[in-house]
Amino acid sequence: MALIHFFQYWLPSVLGRVFNTGWTAMPYGWAWFLSYAVFILIICLVLMLGVAVVILADRKIWAAVQMRRGPNVVGPFGLLQTIADALKFLFKEVIIPAGANKVIFFLAPIVSVMTAFIAWAVIPFNNGWVIADINVGILYLFAVSSLGVYGTVMAGWASNSKYPFLSALRAAAQMVSYEVSIGFVIITVLLFAGTLNVSQIVRAQETSGVLALLHWNWFSLLFPMLVIFFVSSLAETQRPPFDLLEAESELVAGFFVEYSSGPFLLFFLAEYMNVIMLCGMMSILFLGGWLSPINIWPLNIPWLGFIWFLLKIAFFFFLMAMVKAMVPRYRYDQLMRLGWKIFLPTSLIWVVLTAAYVTFLRPVIHLPGWL
Amino acid sequence: MFEAIAFYFFAAVLLLSALMVIGARNPVHSVLFLILAFFNAAGLFVLLGAEFLAMILVVVYVGAVAVLFLFVVMMLDVDFAELKKGALQYLPFGALIGLVLVAELVMIGGTWMLKPAAGAARAHAAPAGLSNTQALGHILYTDYVYYFQIAGLGLLVAMIGAIVLTLRARPGVRRQNIAAQNARTAAMAVDMLDIKPGEGA
Repeated sequence: MALIHFFQYWLPSVLGRVFNTGWTAMPYGWAWFLSYAVFILIICLVLMLGVAVVILADRKIWAAVQMRRGPNVVGPFGLLQTIADALKFLFKEVIIPAGANKVIFFLAPIVSVMTAFIAWAVIPFNNGWVIADINVGILYLFAVSSLGVYGTVMAGWASNSKYPFLSALRAAAQMVSYEVSIGFVIITVLLFAGTLNVSQIVRAQETSGVLALLHWNWFSLLFPMLVIFFVSSLAETQRPPFDLLEAESELVAGFFVEYSSGPFLLFFLAEYMNVIMLCGMMSILFLGGWLSPINIWPLNIPWLGFIWFLLKIAFFFFLMAMVKAMVPRYRYDQLMRLGWKIFLPTSLIWVVLTAAYVTFLRPVIHLPGWL
Repeated sequence: MFEAIAFYFFAAVLLLSALMVIGARNPVHSVLFLILAFFNAAGLFVLLGAEFLAMILVVVYVGAVAVLFLFVVMMLDVDFAELKKGALQYLPFGALIGLVLVAELVMIGGTWMLKPAAGAARAHAAPAGLSNTQALGHILYTDYVYYFQIAGLGLLVAMIGAIVLTLRARPGVRRQNIAAQNARTAAMAVDMLDIKPGEGA
């Protein structure tokens, strides 16, 4: 609460006062606007740093599974490896293919990164630590995550080259297929929470009992939906075993074959940003967002919620990294079969089941007090 | 003031991109402009206070329908410049149809009158005390649930029709039977034979 209060009231009033005494008068509205811009900028910077850490973690976990050391040269434990890589990319030459459609070629990475960033506007990092606490937050998240495909498709088409184009076609089919089941999973959670507001979905999982983690959505009828959401989010973010867009053995590198330097970096950033965003979404929908797993004093201090949220994201990311290290890539027809013939019917049936449970069974069931 | 600026921005970009949808030389550009138009329409919905409709517009049209458009258009190998060459000779006829439509619109628009109370009713996207989503849910699932179901059945029939029209039962197609594959064991797949020296084929 304190952080958002700082940006909503304290900073605007200070800015307004400072600029009023100086050479120009700054009305409160503009001061509010400016301080929100500062807030958003800080969140974006933190997210970018987080992506650097997450990329390193991904490589380290992958290495550990294969009994390698992973990056360990740049900085202590290789901590600065990602930053060194990013700098290396920035100083390389930007190569534009002769046959490329230049405007769309450069628009594609920008669209990718933009959609990856704007999703965070409605994610609550703690109770009240959210940029835009809108009523249709979860729909906004769903809408934005379905836009990620455009960066890929535009890149594949604008490169005017065979491999990226094949990758773009795969991307369009894959993302549309798995969005359907993600949508139904979100509906089941909405039925449980009874609201579309992201913060309210977390608050609906709150309890005064000690074992709070048994009151979260994962420990209920919704657990199979968590599994489906997890696998679908792997497909949605093109993580292995569903990385058919960049299948090295078939498409060289997929949609970003023709990209180099900064634009490539943007695709890389967007990909990992989307991965963390979906991990965050899973934590919010199923693991109670910022809530402490156990309601005992030092653990449930309000500002610690931020740490809990980060830990939950890290947990899901660890699972994703393990899947990347251990599961071989799916064939294209297997991917489609899983999405349309298994996940879609299962999630559809679960929507009906959940609706029936919420309407008929939940009003008459009384859980024990410790839950 | 901010809302007015936002409205004129969204409206101007919407109209411009809608023009570019039919004006662009490249069909893929047309689809991308169409997506831009959808986005600005969603922005106008948000300004009206209809945030649910705005999000659904983005989810359904931008997230699914336009992706499929793009999918198809990208694979088309049509030279649109060639197609448009002969378009000018149809211009008089097209202009005539357009003129008739405009005349009809003017006639309809000229005879309609809005009640004074209508302005106040339009100003609120949702009744007081209800969020946009709840208000829509009430109308669709409580007030008009049977009509809603009938509309859904209509869509189902359309979908089944599309599948029936395009489904071809071709003989000789090999299908993967996952259950049969999973049920196979080593004993069913591998035979251990003891071949004597000189007897093997």
